[in-house]
Amino acid sequence: MAPELIAPALYETLFPAGVSRYAVGGLLVGLGAVVIYLGTGIAAGASTFLESTLSYVSDQSRFQRYRASRDWRVVFTLGIVVGAAIYALTFQSGLVSSGLYQSGTTGELREVGGFTIWLTDVQPWRLFLGGILVGIGTRIGKGCTSGHGVCGVGSASKTSIVGVITFLTVAIGTAQVVMALGVTP
Amino acid sequence: MSQQRHPLFMPLIFLGGLIFGFGLGFSHMARPEVVLNFLQFEDFGLLFVMGGAAVVSGLAFALVPRLRERAPLTGAAYGRRLKSFDRNVLIGGGIFGVGWGLSGICPGAAYASLGVGNVTILWAIAGMFVGAYVQGVWRSQRAASGTTSAGAD
Repeated sequence: MAPELIAPALYETLFPAGVSRYAVGGLLVGLGAVVIYLGTGIAAGASTFLESTLSYVSDQSRFQRYRASRDWRVVFTLGIVVGAAIYALTFQSGLVSSGLYQSGTTGELREVGGFTIWLTDVQPWRLFLGGILVGIGTRIGKGCTSGHGVCGVGSASKTSIVGVITFLTVAIGTAQVVMALGVTP
Repeated sequence: MSQQRHPLFMPLIFLGGLIFGFGLGFSHMARPEVVLNFLQFEDFGLLFVMGGAAVVSGLAFALVPRLRERAPLTGAAYGRRLKSFDRNVLIGGGIFGVGWGLSGICPGAAYASLGVGNVTILWAIAGMFVGAYVQGVWRSQRAASGTTSAGAD
């Protein structure tokens, strides 16, 4: 990456943790979506899982329409959980290291049987209330950061580009207001 | 499509999920603090996550349909992810934005966060199910009353 040679101070301000862990991680997120697309033709998003899984316990028409895909969406989500756990067993635990991976200073690391788990410091009420709004908004808005952000933008879909600009702008405004009100973390 | 699936269908979905989840862990997107740092303009790395992912998927969505007609495991035609635009995209996007900005969590990252050991994230996952349930019941009932009273609203 050339930017660090051009303006080191600016680079350090914009990317205090470097860019490689973000870029490599992003390429892998895209690759995961592409593997599924290549084999099945499906452009998968992560938020439909919420409604498709509710079809197991609720007869509401809104959930039942996802009946045909509910089993593989559970498998996709389990894959995400296990994939992140493999990261935790390797890079997060320090068992594997790479010049492309920079560990962070956020949250709390805890040793559990030779395996390092990570815990957030963000307060539960923020997670729960935010989660409710994420659950409502992603389903009404036809997609989340993976459906609109990765597959939709990758498809050059105007709807998805507008969707991403909308939730990104509102999220920035919200986070800035919450920070200004002195809520940390 | 659930009756006769290719034997490799589920393993491939799982493999895709694995890579996807590993990427979310590696990029620290499974950590709400890092997402909040981006939204508060303290670390712009998230742009590289979204950009990197969209470039890879963009190449696939642009090239694959020209090289092959149908996906091997489903026989489905390769297409792009195109959804119709209406005001729900703006309303839902706005509500999602408030939730994302408050919590630093989106659905895929929340599942991945559980994988890195962050049990506290169950608050967010529980919240997402509550939110998805509430909007689903509301919209189901609205759709039902709309068909019986023939567009009386």
